[in-house]
Amino acid sequence: MSAILQVQNLVKNYGDFKAVKGVSFDIEEGEIFSLLGPNGAGKTTTISMLSTLYTPTSGDAIIGGHSITKDPMGVRGIIGIVPQDLALYEDLTARENLIFWGQMYNLSGKSLTTRVDEVLEQIGLTDKAKDRVKTYSGGMKRRVNIGVGLLHKPRLLFMDEPTVGIDPQSRRAILDTVKDLNKQGMTLLYTTHYMEEAEELSNRVGIFDHGEMIAIGTQKELTQQVGEAETLILHVGENDDSEALAKTLKDIQGVQQATAVDHEVSVVCAEAEEVLAAVVTKANDRGIKIRSIDIREPNLEAVFLHLTGRALRD
Amino acid sequence: MLKTFLIGIKDVRLAFRDRAALILMLAAPFVLTVGLGLVTGRFSSKTSSGISDIPVIIVNLDNGQLGNALADVFNSADLADLLEPAIGSDPEAARKSIDEDKAAAVVIIPEGFTKSIIPQQSDFANGNVVAADPVKIEVYANPSRSTGAGIVKAIVDEFLSRVEEGRVSETTSIEQLMFSGRITPQQALAIGSAMSEGIETTAPASTLAVKINSSTANGDAVKFDALAYIAPAMALMFLMYTVSYGGRSILAERAQGTLPRLLVSPTNSAQILGGKVFGIFLTGAAQMLILIGASSLFFQLKWGDTLGVIVLVLAAVFGATGWGMFITAIARTSAQVANIGMSITLIFGIMGGSFINLEQLPFFVQTFSKITPNAWALDGFTTLGLGGTLTDLSAPVIALLSMGSILFLVSVVLFGKKNLVQK
Ligand SMILES: Nc1ncnc2c1ncn2[C@@H]1O[C@H](COP(=O)(O)OP(=O)(O)O)[C@@H](O)[C@H]1O
Ligand SMILES: [Mg+2]
Repeated sequence: MSAILQVQNLVKNYGDFKAVKGVSFDIEEGEIFSLLGPNGAGKTTTISMLSTLYTPTSGDAIIGGHSITKDPMGVRGIIGIVPQDLALYEDLTARENLIFWGQMYNLSGKSLTTRVDEVLEQIGLTDKAKDRVKTYSGGMKRRVNIGVGLLHKPRLLFMDEPTVGIDPQSRRAILDTVKDLNKQGMTLLYTTHYMEEAEELSNRVGIFDHGEMIAIGTQKELTQQVGEAETLILHVGENDDSEALAKTLKDIQGVQQATAVDHEVSVVCAEAEEVLAAVVTKANDRGIKIRSIDIREPNLEAVFLHLTGRALRD
Repeated sequence: MLKTFLIGIKDVRLAFRDRAALILMLAAPFVLTVGLGLVTGRFSSKTSSGISDIPVIIVNLDNGQLGNALADVFNSADLADLLEPAIGSDPEAARKSIDEDKAAAVVIIPEGFTKSIIPQQSDFANGNVVAADPVKIEVYANPSRSTGAGIVKAIVDEFLSRVEEGRVSETTSIEQLMFSGRITPQQALAIGSAMSEGIETTAPASTLAVKINSSTANGDAVKFDALAYIAPAMALMFLMYTVSYGGRSILAERAQGTLPRLLVSPTNSAQILGGKVFGIFLTGAAQMLILIGASSLFFQLKWGDTLGVIVLVLAAVFGATGWGMFITAIARTSAQVANIGMSITLIFGIMGGSFINLEQLPFFVQTFSKITPNAWALDGFTTLGLGGTLTDLSAPVIALLSMGSILFLVSVVLFGKKNLVQK
C-alpha cells in the first residue's frame, strides 16, 4: 500500500493562537482514517488546510503527488469534501444542488445527469430529489451534503463530523454509506468526537488534542498503549457530585484515571474486579448512590483518558 | 467562462425563488408605478383598451400652408380614433371651454405662423429676406386631463420639430411631412420651393426657429405620458435593491459555507467572483426587462426604440451592478449590505429623480444625481420615450458604463484586501 496523503509538519496559527501545532501523518490508499478528538482540537482547521481552503502557516501536505501549497488546483480534482457545516443552496432542490456542484467539478452532459442519479440513489433521496432542500429534515440535508462530496468520485474524501446533531437512524445510514464507499475503493479521512464511530469505521485512528496528534495507530495498537486496562463506568444520581467522587476514586490503589462527565464516572484500572469493592465503598462513604456499573474492555475512550486525563466528550 | 455563466444562472434562479426579493424586485416597482400613475391621472382619461377620442379644439388663425398642415394632422385618418378634433375660431371661447372641462386641450395657431417660418415670395420681392421672429403655437391644456393634453402637446411638438428640422435641412423635412401624411405633394412643392429659397439665404442653422408655448389652466407643465417617466423611475429605483441583494449574496454564501465549498472545488476565485457579478447583472437585467414588458402589456406604455431600450437597460444594469459590488466590498456582513442597499435604493431613488423631476430639485441635488445610475438612465429613458433612438443615448450610456467600470475596479481592489475567506 502507498500513501495517498502525506502530512508534513503542518502548522496553523490564528493570530497568536496555535490551532494546529506541527502535525505529521500518512493516510494509505484504501483505508478509512479517523481523526478523533474533542471539540476545538483542531480537526476542522486541519481538514481546511488539507482541502486547500486555508493556507498553512507552515508545513505542507502531498495528496496524490500534488502539494497543497504549491499545486492546490491539482489537489482539488482528487479530493472531495463534506464540510462540518452544511454547505448547500436551500432554495434549490437536491437534484439542482447536485447538478450545480457537479458542474463546478467539471462534469457535464449525460455523464453529469447519470452520476447525479447514482448519487441520489446512494444517499437514498431519489424520491425527494425534486423538493427544495429547505424542506428537508436535518438528516436528509446531511445526506445531500455528503452527496455533493461524492459527485466526482474523489480518490480521497474528507468527511468532517458528518453525523453531528442528527437522529440515530440517519446516523446509521451515514455510517453505512461511509463503509460502502470504502468498499468501492474510496479512501476516507473521517473526523469525529464520537469514539464509537472511530471504532466502528476506521482502520487507523489519529487521536487529536489541542492541535496535536497525541497518538496514532490501529485501535489495537492504541489500546495496547494503556495496557490491559479496563474501564468501570459508574452511573450516579442526578444530584450527586460526580466530580468530587472522581477525585477521591483516584486515590484507590490500582485506579489509573478517574473522570466525571455529567452523571457518569469513568474509572480506568488494570483489573476491574480488584477495585470494584473499594469504589463502591468510597461512593457509599460520600453518600452517593450508584445506579448501575458497566465494565468495558479497553477502548479509545480509555486511551484518550489515559493520555490526557480528560474524557473525550467534555 | 462556462462556470462563470453557470454560477450566474444559479444566482438568477435563487433570486427569483426568494419571495421577499421578488416583492421588492418586481411587485414594489409595479405597484408604485400603478399608484403614482393613478395620482397623476394617467389612467383617468383612458378606457381599458387605451386612450381614445381626446377632445381637442383647433383654432387656426394662420391659414397659411403650415397652419393648415397642422390642422390636417389633427384631422387625419390615422389619428381619428385617438382624437376628436373640433374647429374653433375664437381663442377666448376655446380657452373657456377648457376651463369648463369640455376639451383636453386647445391648439391655437396664431396669425402669421407660416409666414414667420417660411419667407413668402412677397418678402423676396421687396427685398425683405430676414425671417421674422417665430410665432408661437399655444397649447392650452386641461390639467384634469393631463394625459390627453400631453398627447396633443406631443403631436404639436412632433410637427414643430419636423418643421424645425426642415428649416435646417429642408428636404428631409418635406419628405417626412409628406411621408407621414401631414402634407400633400402639392403642398410639399409649394413649401419646398419657399423653404429652399428662404432657409439657405436667411436662417442661421443654429437658431431655434419654432418655440412652443405650452400652458395649462393652472400653469403646470404638461407631460406627454406620466407613466413614461414613472415606470422607468420605479424600475431603476428597485434595480438598486436588486444589485444590493446580489452583492449581499456574496457575503451570504460565505456565511452559509457554499463560498468555501466553491473555493475548494476546481474553480478559481476569478471565475467565482465573475460568476457572482454576472449573476447580479443578469438578475438586474431580467428585472428591468420584466418590468418594461409588464408596463408595455398592461398600460400600453411605449418605451421607444427597441434597440435603444435594450442598450440602455444593459448600461444601466452595468452601472448599478458596479454599485452593488462596491457596497459589498465596503460592508462586513450581509446584514450590513442589506441596510446600505436599502438606504441607497431610497437615496438614489429620490436624488436620482424617481419621485420628483430633477429639474425641480436644487442645483446641488442635480449635481449629486450624476453619481446615481438612476439619473442617467432616467434621462435616457425620457429621451427614448420622446422618440429618440440609440444615437441620442451616447451621454447616458457612456456615463453608465464608465460608472460601472470605475466601481468594479475599486471593488476588486477592496475585495483583494479583505479576503473573502479566513486565511
Ligand atoms: N477562524 C478562526 N479564528 C480563530 N480561531 C479559530 C478559527 N477557527 C477555529 N479557531 C479555533 O481553533 C481551534 C480549533 O478549531 P477547530 O479546528 O474548528 O476544531 P475542531 O474541528 O476539532 O472542533 C478552536 O479553539 C477554535 O476556537
Ligand atoms: Mg470541527
